[in-house]
Amino acid sequence: MDFVLYGLTGFVILGSIAALEMKSLLSAVIAVGVVGLGLSIVFLLLGAPDIAITQVVVEVIVVTVLIRAASRVPAETAPLRTGRTRTLAGAGLALVAVGLLVAAFQTLPAFGTQRFAPALWYLEQATELTGAANVVTAILLDFRAYDTLGEATVILTAVVGALAVLRRPSRRKEKSHV
Amino acid sequence: MSDSQGMSIVVRVVTRWLLGLILIFGLAVALYGHLTPGGGFAGGTIVACGFVLAILAFGGSRGPGAFFTRWASALDAIGALAFLALAILGFTAGAFLQQWAARGDAFTLGSAPSIVLLNLAILLKVGAGLFAGFSAIALFEQTADPDTADSEKGADA
Repeated sequence: MDFVLYGLTGFVILGSIAALEMKSLLSAVIAVGVVGLGLSIVFLLLGAPDIAITQVVVEVIVVTVLIRAASRVPAETAPLRTGRTRTLAGAGLALVAVGLLVAAFQTLPAFGTQRFAPALWYLEQATELTGAANVVTAILLDFRAYDTLGEATVILTAVVGALAVLRRPSRRKEKSHV
Repeated sequence: MSDSQGMSIVVRVVTRWLLGLILIFGLAVALYGHLTPGGGFAGGTIVACGFVLAILAFGGSRGPGAFFTRWASALDAIGALAFLALAILGFTAGAFLQQWAARGDAFTLGSAPSIVLLNLAILLKVGAGLFAGFSAIALFEQTADPDTADSEKGADA
């Protein structure tokens, strides 16, 4: 189980590196899709089907939209500036970051240990108090419904912003087109 | 342009068969979100995916996708306002966002009606919102080509 998890995580990391390094925009978008789908399997293995479902469907629609957008953009990217100093500095920074992360992870409790008493209270009481058998929904739409309200506001704002930026250039002139 | 006429007849026929099932599946994921994994966000995204499929298969100006395009931003706003209205209805039970509807037996659809309604509001919001984003990008690209130069001149003047 751990083995599968580590393998999948490594796969996701490889996918994200590939997405960064791909020359063609379309290939990068497909690599992003690989990252998202691998991540959803990780969530599923960790016992979070709600997140896994959301991850899959969001990934599908995002990759569709990105492919649609990427297929129109001319496939040319600025050549990456590389040099020995740059590469060495990057590698050094990456090593330092990995060392710090490893040191930080040593201090964390072991993976999967139960440390939080409030979480246990929610698991025991949620169904009885809210009537929702799915504890995730019980928390999202009852105990922490304010968070969900804020989330909905964020999405509404994002959509309004996107529609304002991407609106048709001359709507009044070509009403017949709509 | 290939977009305005959509994809081949095979894709269009399969889409016609599948679209209803996709929408029902999205609705079910949202409706039973309080009993099984899923919820309004996942269900809404599935519904949006269905309409995106319709747009890609039938083209931007025909089929169920075109109808939804016209109403997407309105439905998005209606979903958000419905969520807010349901939240305010909670005052009838004492507090903002409190469950106000009478609860039925555990593990049935009616076990938490307020949560079901909130999930449906989120379904409307997320489905219409994501689809509005997609159609803005898709239709922007579609209409941008012929009159980009024209509109840019207009903006400068």
